[in-house]
Amino acid sequence: MNAALLSLDDLVIDIPERPTGMALDFPLRPGECWGLLGPNGAGKTTLLHTLAGLRRPRAGQVRLDGDALHRIPRRRIAQRLGLLFQDHHDGFPSTVLETALIGRHPFLRAWNMETAQDHDLARQALSRMDLGDLADRQVQTLSGGERQRLALATLLTQDPPLWLLDEPTNHLDLHHQVAVLDLVRQEVTSGRRAAVMALHDLNLAATYCTHLVLMYPDGGMCWGRTGEIFHVQALERLFQQRLAVINSPEGPWVRPVPGSRRTPA
Amino acid sequence: MSGIESAAASARTGWTLGLLSVAAVASVLSSVMLGSVTLPARDVAAVFLGEGSELARLLVLELRLPRTLAAFATGGLLAVAGALMQVLLRNPLADPYVLGISGGAAVGALLAMISGLGLVWISGSAFAGALLSTLIVFGLAHGTGSWTPTRLLLTGVVVAAGWGAVITFLLAVRPSPELPGMLYWLMGDLAHARGNALPWFTLIVILGLALPLGRSLNVLARGPLQAAVLGVSVRRLEWTVYLLAALVTAVAVTTAGTIGFVGLIIPHMLRLVIGNDQRLLLPASALAGGILLTLADTLARTVIAPEQLPVGVITAMLGVPVFLYLLYRSRT
Repeated sequence: MNAALLSLDDLVIDIPERPTGMALDFPLRPGECWGLLGPNGAGKTTLLHTLAGLRRPRAGQVRLDGDALHRIPRRRIAQRLGLLFQDHHDGFPSTVLETALIGRHPFLRAWNMETAQDHDLARQALSRMDLGDLADRQVQTLSGGERQRLALATLLTQDPPLWLLDEPTNHLDLHHQVAVLDLVRQEVTSGRRAAVMALHDLNLAATYCTHLVLMYPDGGMCWGRTGEIFHVQALERLFQQRLAVINSPEGPWVRPVPGSRRTPA
Repeated sequence: MSGIESAAASARTGWTLGLLSVAAVASVLSSVMLGSVTLPARDVAAVFLGEGSELARLLVLELRLPRTLAAFATGGLLAVAGALMQVLLRNPLADPYVLGISGGAAVGALLAMISGLGLVWISGSAFAGALLSTLIVFGLAHGTGSWTPTRLLLTGVVVAAGWGAVITFLLAVRPSPELPGMLYWLMGDLAHARGNALPWFTLIVILGLALPLGRSLNVLARGPLQAAVLGVSVRRLEWTVYLLAALVTAVAVTTAGTIGFVGLIIPHMLRLVIGNDQRLLLPASALAGGILLTLADTLARTVIAPEQLPVGVITAMLGVPVFLYLLYRSRT
């Protein structure tokens, strides 16, 4: 079995003004793709930011390659894990290529300029995200979906072994949703990488994730292999929503039953 | 192809800095030539070669060149301070004058002057004032949320107004024969800034410290969380830049009073032409800020000669329209 990239040791995320929830305790190994499912406000983003070391947990700790995350310099963390944010802020004008190139920052010393090789990596990442022709465009002129793919291209340029993805399919059309998730699966099944992603689409999560974490608004947590976790009763309780199940050869598919929103018990 | 790209980037850097250096020399020369008596270029050249008439030597070496060099360094400092604050606040409206940082430095310097202390104390006291002002503005404007332009500018305006009141109070309780001179200095005046190496020393040291931070600043300009995820120690970098920006402002204010808007105009104009890579923008700002203030001071000395205007009047006349334009464009 592969050594864990990241370990969650009795980790309780810190959501202000919410009672302490359940502790998460499992390792993330290369070859695994974890999906975070839960309603708005359940703490998916908070968990991803905690795993990236951007916020401190309320209890427990995160270990990266065996070392406590908060003891590791940011630069070394950035060489090992990358985070795709839900929103993108650009501040000052810059081009698409410049934005992808910042992914090389953790690997360059203060006085280094980006080399031809760094430019190559950024170009390749842009092509993989279908943005090759837009390299010289100003970021402000991109559509929401193009901006999202550019953020993924920056992550590809950074090329860390652990990908933390906050709603990676945000703003994407159906074709690009599948393209991005295919890319994640391809990278993860190569055995070099692990991914953790917050998703809203249950069927995409069931299709692409090897493991799932169900995050309940009261702080309850439930995790395991997708086949063991993806049960309609659990999902109905998670989203306070009745679901119809369609059994297919690839596994169960769920769809919401219209007009069946439950009031929280 | 990418090799060509990185080569093209360094060629662009070379061209930009080369052109600005030529313009810098030209601005210094024209400033030395122009004045109450206009000296032709060959007379100035003669003085630099160790020849020339007594009057020309006096005008160039004793009067005009020291003032011109002080103007150049001060302009460079102000532009670099503006560029640094704009990255910290991720807002092109940031400027040491607009944010009230210059006001804090002026109060510090004035207190030391009234107490009759020497230049080192004046500089140190100005630095303390600038630092206090920086902490107030950046602390209040940040709060829990992000730095919106409105919140930032309101904080800056109120802090600047507060310092203005303190300055008036100080001048009222300690009227001195130098009052008109002090008022001129507060408006931004280079008449007494000569033969002082501090601004040049500071400018060179600051560029030496800030350039290796350039790429980190580029990443920081995209937001603190994004920067942290890409390996920047955000808190440490922000504190370093706060300190550098306050120090630069303090030296500029001690040299030439509160000159506004150089830090606003220069980075904005340069960004339109050369983009927002701090590794190029910071040295280019130093040069262009120097050029702007040198030319503005030449104008201030000549436009109503033999009387002189405080140079702050000229930069404000240029800066206020640019500021209003930026504010208009930032409405979203």
